[in-house]
Amino acid sequence: MSNNQAARRNWLLWVPLGVVVILAAMFIWALRHGDDRLIQSHWIDKPLPAFDLPAAAADRPGLASRNFGDGQPRLLNVFASWCIPCRVEAPTLAELQRRGVIVEGVAIRDRPEDLARFLGELGNPYHAIGADERSQLALALGSSGVPETFLIDGRGVIREQIQGAITPDMVPDLMAKLERMR
Amino acid sequence: MRFALLLAVFALCCAIFPPAIHAQSGLPPAPYAYRQLDDPVQEAAARNLMAELRCLVCQGQSIADSDAPLAGDMRSDVRERIAAGERPAEIRQWLIDRYGNWVTYDPPIEGDTIALYVLPLLALLGGLFIVIRRLRPAKQGDGAP
Repeated sequence: MSNNQAARRNWLLWVPLGVVVILAAMFIWALRHGDDRLIQSHWIDKPLPAFDLPAAAADRPGLASRNFGDGQPRLLNVFASWCIPCRVEAPTLAELQRRGVIVEGVAIRDRPEDLARFLGELGNPYHAIGADERSQLALALGSSGVPETFLIDGRGVIREQIQGAITPDMVPDLMAKLERMR
Repeated sequence: MRFALLLAVFALCCAIFPPAIHAQSGLPPAPYAYRQLDDPVQEAAARNLMAELRCLVCQGQSIADSDAPLAGDMRSDVRERIAAGERPAEIRQWLIDRYGNWVTYDPPIEGDTIALYVLPLLALLGGLFIVIRRLRPAKQGDGAP
């Protein structure tokens, strides 16, 4: 074997080590900064699934898919009394309701007494609240946690999903979007 | 020494995966979250499916492995649908329609998942190629020095 070939072989010996180092760096980077984004629903621009949930609160009716699609765009807020970010967004939902937005609620895995306490403490901006005791509507919507808010247009089609709490700076944008969805 | 090493590994794990604190629901688990179906054939089919469905709130675990309330709700849903005669493939597709291929550990072959299936084959072929070249009898004048 010529010296030239031997030198090339020696260089090739380092290739596997290099590959392992590059992979290790990628794994460590992915573990630290990696893929902890929320999973977006794929059930967007599709009609609401058919559902009929019983009332979750004493002073509000239950929620059914037939409540939607009457020409009025609505927010469908998926929440729970045991969810801490839901407390954070409660004042913003109240503000939206004051500005004339119809906010429908779905209470996930909630006990009536817990929900009553939550609404008594933070106010009740909801037009109707359905009890989803086994996350069935949440699964049908492609929702993966609380709080989430879906924008439903006047025909009952899901147009957008917002994951996490609604914050005050989102109000003007939400109002404009809902106005366009009539 | 060994204890100190274990402690260091534990501290490293905590730094990389901070323990998540989740608020949890006060409601009891769904009926079939922790209860098997009476028919062993149906239960086996349900288990196979649950092992390949990803838990939505504890990404990286299957719903079969997770104690999250939502995973319990999904297990109950899977068992009840199978008891009602739905096929596992239909249930999986129902979830893929809502959450994308991300929801299953056995994703269908499509544009964005084809690399998962093709790359291992390519690596195997590459390895075979190298081994065959090595094992081939050395040519005249190309032997060891």
